[in-house]
Amino acid sequence: MTLKVLAIDDSKTIRELLRSVMEAAGFDFSSAVDGVDGVERYAEVRPDIVITDINMPKMDGYGVIDAIRKGDIDNQVPILVLTTESGDKLKSRARDAGATGWIVKPFDDVSLVSVIRRVTGLVA
Amino acid sequence: MGNPILDTFFEETEELLESLAEGLESMQGAEFDKETVNSVFRAVHSIKGGAGAFKLTDLVNFAHSFETVMDAVRSETLNLTPQILHTLTRSADCLADLVDAARSGRTIPEEVTAAFLTALQGCLGEGEIEAVDAWDNFEFAAVTLDLGPMDIGAEDEAYVAPTAAEDKAQVKVGFRIDFRPHRGLFTNGHEPALLLAALSELGQMTTNIDLSNLRDWTGFDPTDSHLSWSVDLRSDESEIAVQDVFEFVHGLCDLKIAPLMGSPPATQTDAPSTGPISGAIATPVGEPAAVVGVQAPKPALAEPFGPASAPPPQPAQMIASPARPKAKSERGEDGSDPKGPKATLRVDLDRVDRLINAVGELIINQAMIAQRLQDMTSNRDDDLVMHIEDYRLLARDIQEGVMAIRAQPVKSLFQRMSRIVREAADTTGKNAELVTSGDGTEVDKTVVERLADPLTHMIRNAVDHGLESREARAAAGKPPMGIIRLTAAHRSGSVIITVKDDGAGLNRPKILEIAKSKGLVPPDAELTDAEIDQLLFMAGFSTATTVSNLSGRGVGLDVVRNAVQALGGRISIATTRGFGTEFTITLPLTLAVMDGMVVTVGGQTLVVPITSIIETIRPLSTDLHKIGTDETLLSIRGRMIPVVDVARSLGFPSAGTFNAPLLLLVESEHLGECALVVDSVQDQRQVVIKSLESNFGSVPGVSAATVLGDGRIALILDPDAIASGRVTASYQKPNTILNAERPAYVNA
Repeated sequence: MTLKVLAIDDSKTIRELLRSVMEAAGFDFSSAVDGVDGVERYAEVRPDIVITDINMPKMDGYGVIDAIRKGDIDNQVPILVLTTESGDKLKSRARDAGATGWIVKPFDDVSLVSVIRRVTGLVA
Repeated sequence: MGNPILDTFFEETEELLESLAEGLESMQGAEFDKETVNSVFRAVHSIKGGAGAFKLTDLVNFAHSFETVMDAVRSETLNLTPQILHTLTRSADCLADLVDAARSGRTIPEEVTAAFLTALQGCLGEGEIEAVDAWDNFEFAAVTLDLGPMDIGAEDEAYVAPTAAEDKAQVKVGFRIDFRPHRGLFTNGHEPALLLAALSELGQMTTNIDLSNLRDWTGFDPTDSHLSWSVDLRSDESEIAVQDVFEFVHGLCDLKIAPLMGSPPATQTDAPSTGPISGAIATPVGEPAAVVGVQAPKPALAEPFGPASAPPPQPAQMIASPARPKAKSERGEDGSDPKGPKATLRVDLDRVDRLINAVGELIINQAMIAQRLQDMTSNRDDDLVMHIEDYRLLARDIQEGVMAIRAQPVKSLFQRMSRIVREAADTTGKNAELVTSGDGTEVDKTVVERLADPLTHMIRNAVDHGLESREARAAAGKPPMGIIRLTAAHRSGSVIITVKDDGAGLNRPKILEIAKSKGLVPPDAELTDAEIDQLLFMAGFSTATTVSNLSGRGVGLDVVRNAVQALGGRISIATTRGFGTEFTITLPLTLAVMDGMVVTVGGQTLVVPITSIIETIRPLSTDLHKIGTDETLLSIRGRMIPVVDVARSLGFPSAGTFNAPLLLLVESEHLGECALVVDSVQDQRQVVIKSLESNFGSVPGVSAATVLGDGRIALILDPDAIASGRVTASYQKPNTILNAERPAYVNA
C-alpha cells in the first residue's frame, strides 16, 4: 500500500519541494494551501501522515493539529510539523499541541523521508 | 537554471513581495489589524523558508533579521514607531533587491545589505538578532533534523550519564533503556512498537515487557497507557543515537537510558526476548480486538525484536486501522486544485500574440464579407446578413477574450512606484507619500511593462520638482508630508493614468525663461500658458537649476512623452500655482484593435480614432470665421475653435477653401478642442491596428494603418499631431529640419 502524505503549507515552493521529494520516495502526495484547507483535505484524503507548516493564513499549524486530534478521523495519525526554527520552545510547543515530530527547514530529502518512515513505521 | 521549483520559488516570492509591500503600506495607516502584521510576517517567513531550500544564504539571513523584527511587532513586544516602519519598508525594498539578485545570479555588495541589517537590528536593541549567526553557520546540505535533546524539565534525571566509576570489572556493552509511555505518546500519534523497532536497528536487543500495570477488565481504559518496557541493547552506538530514537517522544514518556554493563561481546548470542512486544495497546478506542491482542498477540508481533538480521515487523500493518474507504480523488497540486489561491496558466507570450494577430485577421475577414454582402444589390440574402452580424459579434467576443489574456492589473506597476517615492524622498530630504487608486485597472501587458520607465521618471520628477522643500511647504502652510497621487481608471475605451503632486505647481515664467535661455524658443516669443507647459516635453529641457541626483539623468519629460506616444497614448499637464501639478496619460485599452471612424479626406480613406472624436458637425458658413490668410475659426456654442484642414496638413490636394465643410470636433491635448475638416464620413467600425513604424518609421500625423473590409489599406490619423499643426509644418516646409516633438509655435 502506498503511503499517503498530506502536506499543508501556504508556500507553493515548499509544497512543490515536498511533492518532488515525496513522489521520488514513491509516496502518494496531496497538499493543501492553508490550515482550513488542510483540515478539509485531511477528511478527504485520509492520509497516513500529515506534514504541516506552522505559520499559515486562516488556521495555523497548531490549529490543524488540534482539529485532527480532536476530530474523529484517525485522530492518532502521525503529524509532522515543518518549522524554520530549531528552538526547544517551538518543539515543546509543537509536542504539547500534539505533533508527532518535527522537521526543520530547510530539509533535505534523505532526512525528511527517514523521519516519515520512522513515525509511520514504513520500512525502506 | 532550469529548476522548475526554483522558478516556482521566484514566482511565489514575487507575489509575497507584493503582499509584503501591501501589508507594510496599510500598516502606515492608523488602523490596521493583527492579520495585516501576520501576513507581512508570513510573507517574509515564506521567503526565508523557500530561500533556505535553495541555499540562498544572503536572502535567508536578511529575511531572518526582517522576520525577527516582524515577530517582535507581531507579538507586540516591539512598539511600531514610524521610524521602525520606515526601516521595515526600506528593508522590504532591499529584500526585493536580494531576490532580484538571486534570480539573476548576482550578489549584492555586503555593505548595502549590512546597512539595512544594522537598521533592523537597531529596531530591537542590541543583540536581539543573534540567531542570524546561527543561520550564518547553518550547513544547508547537512541533515536538518534537530538532534539536540528536548527541554524535558523535571525528567532531566532520565538522562543518567554513564559514569566512569561504573565500568570497573565489566565493560559497557550497551544501554539499559526503561521506557514507559504516557498516554500523550499515543495521542500524539506515536507507536511504541515503532520506537522499539528503531531501537532494534542499533544493535542486539532484549526486551522485557512489564504488564503489571495492566488492569483487569473492570475499569480498563483502553485509551490509557498500561505497558512499559525494559530494553537491554547491546550496541556500540553512542547514547546520542539512542536518544535520537526517542527524540520526538521526550516528555511523552518516562525514559531512562543507562549504560548496560556486561562481559565483552561474543558471549551474547541472539537473545530471545522475554516477552512479545505489542503495539496493540496503541490502537485507538473502537477496536476491541486490539485489547485482546495483548494476551494473544498477532502472529506478526510474536517475533522478538532481534538484531538487524531478523526482519523487523511491519508496524504499519500493526497500527493500520480497519480498511478505510478509499479517498475519492487525490487532487493534484496543479490546475485541479480548486483551493489554490488562483488557478493560473503560464503561456508563452508569443502564442498569445499569434492568437491576437489571427483574431485581428478574423475581424478584417468578417468586415470584408460584410462589405461584400452589402455591395450585392440583387439577390441579397437577409439570413446571410444576419449570420454575418452574428459572426461579427462572435469575432468581437473572441477578440475581447484574447485581449483579456494580455490584460494585467496595474497594481504591480503601482507598487513599484511607492518604492520610487521613498527613494526619491530620502534622496531629496523631503517627506513624500504615494497614494494610489485604481490599482485593479487592467491594461495590456505590454503597456504595463513599457510604462514602468516613464512612470518612474514622472514619479521622481513629482517628488524632486513637484514637491516643495520642507521649508517651503511649511511657509505655504502645507503639511510636511507631500502627497503623490497615482491613479488609473478606464474611461470610454481608454486607460487614464494620472500622476499628481500637491506641490507648488508649475512656475511658468521660470519655465519660459529657461526655454529662452536654452534657445528652445525665440527670445521674443509670446506663449500661452498651455504652450509654456508643453515646453517641459521638449528635448533638453530641465527646470532644475542645480542638477540633482534624481532628475539629472539625462532623461527628460520628452522621453516620457515618446514612450507614451509609442504606446499610442497621449500625455497632458494641468497645473495650479500653489496646489500642484497633474500629468495625465491617456492610453488605448488595447494595442491591437480600436474603434475608428472611416472618413474621406482629399479622396483618401482615413481612420480617425473614435476616442478622440467629440462630435461631428456641419456648421453654417456664418459660423466659420477667417482670420488672416490661413486660419479659420469655428464659432460653436459661444466658443471659438481652430479649424484644421486635414488634407492640407497631410499634403493631399485640398480645395483650400471650405464653405460648408464636414467637421470632426476632436479633443487635442495641445490646443483643447479643435475641428478637423473632412470630405465625408463613410463608416464607423472596429479596425485592426497595423503598425507602420517597423517599416516606415514615425510618420507625422499618422499613428498606424489598417486594412478595411474591401481590402484597401487606410491610414489611421493621429488627431493630436494634426491638431497641433506640427504635421503641417513638416509637410509644408520640407526644407526645414524639424524636431517632430517641437511644437509648431516655435517656428511660427
